[in-house]
Amino acid sequence: MSKETNGPSRRKFLTSAAALGAGAVAATGARAAGPDPLITEIQDWASGFGAGVDEVPYGLPIKFEDDVIRRNVEWLTADTISSINFTPIHALDGTITPQGCAFERHHSGAIELAKSEYRLMINGLVDKPLVFSYEDLERFPREQHVYFCECAANTGMEWAGAQLNGAQFTHGMIHNMEYTGVPLRTLLAEAGLDAAGDFKDKWVYVEGADASSNGRSIPMEKAMDDVLVAFKANGEALRKEHGYPVRLVVPGWEGNMWVKWIRRIEVMDGPVESREETSKYTDTLEDGTSRKWTWVMDAKSVVTSPSPQSPITHGHGPLVITGMAWSGHGKITRVDVSKDGGKTWETARLAAPGEDKALTRFYLDTTWNGEDMLLQSRAMDETGYVQPTKAQLRDVRGLNSIYHNNCIQTWHVKANGEAENVEVS
Amino acid sequence: MSKSLKLYGGVAAGIGLMLVGAYNFADRNVAGYPTNPQVLAELPAPIPEPVAPVQTATAPDAADPAALDGGIVGAAHADNGDSTGLRFGLGREALPEEIAAWNVDISPDGTGLPVGTGNAFDGEPLFEDNCAACHGSFAEGVGNWPKLAGGDGTLADDDPLKTVGSYWPYTSTIWDYVHRSMPFGAAQTLSDDDVYAIVAYILYSNDIIDDEFEVSNETLPTITLPNADGFIVDDRAETEYPIWRTEPCMENCKDSVEITMRATVLDVTPDEEGTEPAVDPAPAADPAEAAAVDPEPEAEPAAEPAAAPAEDALDPELVAAGEKLFGKCKACHQVGDGAKNRVGPQLTGVVGRDIGAVEGFKYSRTMADMGGTWDEEILGAFLADPRGTVKGTKMAFAGLRKDEEVAAMIAYLKSFSE
Repeated sequence: MSKETNGPSRRKFLTSAAALGAGAVAATGARAAGPDPLITEIQDWASGFGAGVDEVPYGLPIKFEDDVIRRNVEWLTADTISSINFTPIHALDGTITPQGCAFERHHSGAIELAKSEYRLMINGLVDKPLVFSYEDLERFPREQHVYFCECAANTGMEWAGAQLNGAQFTHGMIHNMEYTGVPLRTLLAEAGLDAAGDFKDKWVYVEGADASSNGRSIPMEKAMDDVLVAFKANGEALRKEHGYPVRLVVPGWEGNMWVKWIRRIEVMDGPVESREETSKYTDTLEDGTSRKWTWVMDAKSVVTSPSPQSPITHGHGPLVITGMAWSGHGKITRVDVSKDGGKTWETARLAAPGEDKALTRFYLDTTWNGEDMLLQSRAMDETGYVQPTKAQLRDVRGLNSIYHNNCIQTWHVKANGEAENVEVS
Repeated sequence: MSKSLKLYGGVAAGIGLMLVGAYNFADRNVAGYPTNPQVLAELPAPIPEPVAPVQTATAPDAADPAALDGGIVGAAHADNGDSTGLRFGLGREALPEEIAAWNVDISPDGTGLPVGTGNAFDGEPLFEDNCAACHGSFAEGVGNWPKLAGGDGTLADDDPLKTVGSYWPYTSTIWDYVHRSMPFGAAQTLSDDDVYAIVAYILYSNDIIDDEFEVSNETLPTITLPNADGFIVDDRAETEYPIWRTEPCMENCKDSVEITMRATVLDVTPDEEGTEPAVDPAPAADPAEAAAVDPEPEAEPAAEPAAAPAEDALDPELVAAGEKLFGKCKACHQVGDGAKNRVGPQLTGVVGRDIGAVEGFKYSRTMADMGGTWDEEILGAFLADPRGTVKGTKMAFAGLRKDEEVAAMIAYLKSFSE
């Protein structure tokens, strides 16, 4: 990697700024009385050369953005090998999550599996068990779809009360990408499903090539519906941490089912009841019984800015409140925003009409004059489902649930523009 | 769906039915297929099937139902049981040995269990060697690692303890998971009988069987776990959706709003400053100047790139090989600048270091009392056969099998001096 991509050291930066006689302070004093030297003086970027082509054969974000990174909450898990980190949603806009900052969740580490060593087996109740190479998969008709992938545990740390101070940590177990892949039903049809008989009581068991295998059982109806065997995301190969070369995409359903490095699909006459669908990814209710097979991610939204990691720094006047909304049941149809903790609501503007099981960006273009705000957002989807409050969820589920917390989030924005994760009555 | 028809208007009559579902592909230039589909049949309605290869220019034969080899073409074919499918002739038949190697999942009724047997008495030393470093000698768990025993009757408590004994519904899952994914970092290295014995020990630790009970492919499915009936199928459609599918309130929705809890009081949020390098404090510091752009986000935020010590004697290829092997150790050990004790002690400068001397790490008694230093000879012996070299060591690792691996590991460890 070239020197330039690493960026000059800050010391060097300050030195060069001083050499110009301008000083970095001007950056914050743009509204000062005198003329702005950034305008009146010739800057070196306006005089000398920038970087040539091929400086960085595969580009990374400019150094000024290098705090926009995934972050881990160390105390959550015993080890990073079986752990999760968080997408910096507070710093992103639009809907597509760049792969390089899309959250990772591994159960046995991110493995390196070459395309040439990749095999996908389909066995079980099929007419002819098959093995596909990576090349084989690229010869089937492909589809492209944008879908969100949300870990069932997203916002899970907030069940008992406001805990993590930042949208990245409370809501960052999510990403949204454009996938290219082959419908699972195409591959199942290739193996032949006469042997499966009636699909009603049939399942597919899917597992990965890593040591955890992360096996999950998916009912046949979903497998034949919109599940994709994907090999590209946002136009390029999947990243190692997202299952290179091939992962499963299970639209609208919890991220754990999106098996990475997928190596086997077995048509079965019942669920395997694997570790990931019994001891984990089940939801314990107040009386101690637990829900299982809670696959769908219900409608949810969060204000990403302002938020604790993205405070208001620009003073009074126009303010853009923005956030994202999504639903595993389909399209987002409406997002409301409250500035007073849920007493009154106004309907936000959707940047584009909601798409099926994909993130929707919303904006509330407003004015802020330093007043305290208790910012909330509330999503609605095409089924008429309205994102509930934490109190509503607790009324039904109690306090022992971990997964599927889709409650309305509150940020307390203070007079100085800072924001804090709070819970309100 | 019929809207796709017009896009294929130029195709011979009779194609219409086959185009059902083609809308997904209608506006795309799918490249020609090397072979035409041999069989084209309807997938169960209402799921649209991909018919992309029916591109007018590239697959004319496929567009002619008469040319299809026995395929049933029918748009209204809704019979789930009769989906011969769309055959591209891709892939190859899986061989029985291949299916046997990968098809190892175990169902609750015991389907998939191999013949074998083991009891808790035999399982105890196996558990100690392979599992206890993370799960504790009594399956009680170490630190943040999963607790496998205890928690009976706590599921309705404020802080339920979910273990194999208190929470897991099926014994098949224990066998499946231990066999497929454990020990952590050395999955699929246990024999079937060892898995039966370890499963027996976990059940015994939960007071579910006694230590002489033979757990086998026949008896395992007959053991009922305490929480077997503790699960219900997702009922949100009945208990939640009807409540929340209502027109939401927009004005005067509550009388008052009070802040009842603040995240900053807890102060458990990771410090983002930690991602920045410790540089001299100066005004107008640009946060983007954080120099430590770590391309590996799972690395410790504070960790700096490991400086490669200029030790001439080290063969870079050997060091690289050792680095790859160190993947086996990473679950428990850290090495390099800022390395901390985890399940195992930190290993920076281990070569030449006093044995059992890392501050703050709780060694096995043998290791603590051993004395001496980790010279290459004793370290090599330990790496090749941990438990044979240091009896009672807490290190669960089975050992490196080859001399070259030992040499590579030592070279890699030597590349990190203190």
